[in-house]
Amino acid sequence: MNMSTVAIDFSGVKKSFGDKLIVNDLSFSVARGECFGLLGPNGAGKSTIARMLLGMISPDVGEITVLDEPVPSRARAARVRVGVVPQFDNLENEFTVLENLLVFGRYFGMSARKIEAVAPSLLEFARLEAKADVRVSKLSGGMKRRLTLARALINDPHLLVMDEPTTGLDPHARHLIWERLRVLLARGKTILLTTHFMEEAERLCDRLCVLESGCKIAEGKPDALIDEHIGCNVLEIYGGDLHQLQELIRPYARHIEVSGETLFCYAQYPEQVCVHLRGRAGLRVLQRPPNLEDVFLRLTGREMEK
Amino acid sequence: MNESYASVMPANAYNWIAVWRRNFMAWRKVALASILGNLADPITNLFGLGFGLGLIVGQVEGTSYIAFLAAGMVAVSAMTSATFETLYAAFARMDAKRTWEAILSTQLTLGDIVLGELVWAASKSVLAGTAIGIVAATTGYTSWPSILYAMPTIALTGLVFASLAMVVISLAPSYDYFVFYQTLVLTPMVFLCGAVFPTSQLPGSFQHAAAMLPLAHSVDLIRPAMLERGADSAALHVGALCVYAVLPFFASTALFQRRLLR
Repeated sequence: MNMSTVAIDFSGVKKSFGDKLIVNDLSFSVARGECFGLLGPNGAGKSTIARMLLGMISPDVGEITVLDEPVPSRARAARVRVGVVPQFDNLENEFTVLENLLVFGRYFGMSARKIEAVAPSLLEFARLEAKADVRVSKLSGGMKRRLTLARALINDPHLLVMDEPTTGLDPHARHLIWERLRVLLARGKTILLTTHFMEEAERLCDRLCVLESGCKIAEGKPDALIDEHIGCNVLEIYGGDLHQLQELIRPYARHIEVSGETLFCYAQYPEQVCVHLRGRAGLRVLQRPPNLEDVFLRLTGREMEK
Repeated sequence: MNESYASVMPANAYNWIAVWRRNFMAWRKVALASILGNLADPITNLFGLGFGLGLIVGQVEGTSYIAFLAAGMVAVSAMTSATFETLYAAFARMDAKRTWEAILSTQLTLGDIVLGELVWAASKSVLAGTAIGIVAATTGYTSWPSILYAMPTIALTGLVFASLAMVVISLAPSYDYFVFYQTLVLTPMVFLCGAVFPTSQLPGSFQHAAAMLPLAHSVDLIRPAMLERGADSAALHVGALCVYAVLPFFASTALFQRRLLR
C-alpha cells in the first residue's frame, strides 16, 4: 500500500510488561476511510495496541506509523488528527455537556469562539442538543458515550480510535452508537475499534484482525473469514449427553466443537443431523448461519467470553 | 536527556494554560466553600496562638508575637494549600478521575499537564496566603503594601510545595501514603523553619539543617516583607526556592512517565 493511503501501519510490533508478552510480532495496516476491528477476548492485548498507536506505550520492537507520523517519536503530531474514545469514560463529571467540549477543545489550542462555533453540530451529531447545559453526572451511560464521541470529534480528526466503544451499554444505546459510527465512515473518517462483541465487529468493520494472547490469529473481511474458516451452517445443540451426541452426529458433521455445555456442529446439510436428533427428549437444537463467534471458536477451541 | 524523556517535556510555553483553565473552571463552581475551607485553619491558628501565646511570649524579634506569627502563617498556608491541592485534587485527576488520561490523548504532553497543575496549585497558594495577609492587614498586624511585596514569594512557595508534592503523588500507590509526607515532612518543617518561633531557639546543629529547608527560605523572605524590613541574602533564598521548584518538576515528570506511559 502507498503510504498516503495508509492511516495506521504496525510492523513487527512486540511488547512485554515484565516477563509477560502482551503483543507478539504484530503487523497490520489500516487504509484511510476503512473501519478496522481488533477483535479478541479480554487480555488479548487490544487496549495495549490502542495505547501504543497513541504513543502512550512504546513498543519494545517494531515500527508504528499513524497518519504518516512515526509513533511514538512523533505521536504528538499524529494525535492532533486523532480522536480517542477510551474504554472507560473520562469525562468531567462536574461540568456540563457544553463545558466538557469547551475544556477539551482548549487542549487542542482551539479558541472559545471556535469551540462554540463547532459545538452545536457536534451535540446534534451526538443527539445531545437538549442536554448542552446538563451536568455529565446526570447523563445516562449511552449519553456519556455519545458525549465522549462528540468530544473525540472536536479537533475534526481524520482517525478515530475507539477502545470497546459499546461495552456496558444496553442494546438500544449500542445500536445508536453503531448508527453514528456508520455516519462517520460515510463522511470518510477512518476508525480503529477494539471490541469483544462479534456482532459489533461483523456489523461495522470492513476488515478485522482476530487476536488471542497478543498474537494475530486471523485477518480479513468478516464475510471472508467466516467463509474461509466455517463456510457451512451451524447447529447449536444442548441439553443432552454431549459425548454420546458427538458420536451420533459425527458422520454427518464437517466439524464439531464443544464449549461448556453446548455442542457446535458445522455441517453442509444440517437437516441430516437433525433427522438423527429427532425424538430425543430434553434436547434443544438451534440452527443458524455461521458468524465470527464460530471463527473464534474454530481458531482457539474456546468461546470468547462475553 | 534521551529522546523518550524529551517527548514528555512541555511541548511549548503555553500548552499548560489549558490545564490551568480546566482547574479554574472546576474551582469556580465551588469557590466560596473552597476559600472558607482554606482560610479557617490558618486564621484559627493565627488568632488562637497569636493572642493566647502572645500574652505569654510578649515581643519577638522586636515585634508583637502575633505580627511575627502572621508572616509564618502566610508561608505555612501557601505551603499547605499547594500541597493539599496537589496531593488530593491532582492525584484524583491523575488516578481515579482519569482526567490526565483524557488530556494525554490530545496534543498536550505529560510535562504540559504537570506544569499546568503546578501553576494552578501555586495560584491557590497565592489566594490563601494573600487572604491571611489581608486578615493581618485589616487587624493592623501588617501594612497593606507589604502584602504585595510578599506575593511573589507566596507564589514561589506554592510552586515549590506543589512540585515536591508532585514527586509524592508520582510515587504513592494510593491516598493512604500521603499522611507520611504530611506528618513526617510538613509538620516538622512548620516548627523547624521559623514559622511559629524564631529558629534561634533551636539547638545549633538543627539551625543549620533547618536553614536548608524550603519553608525556611520562604519564611526568611515573607517575614521581612511583611514587617517591612530588609531581607538578608534574598537572592540566595530565591535561588534555593527556584531549585526546590524546578528539580522536583523534572523528577516527577520522569516518574509519571514511568507510571503512566510505559
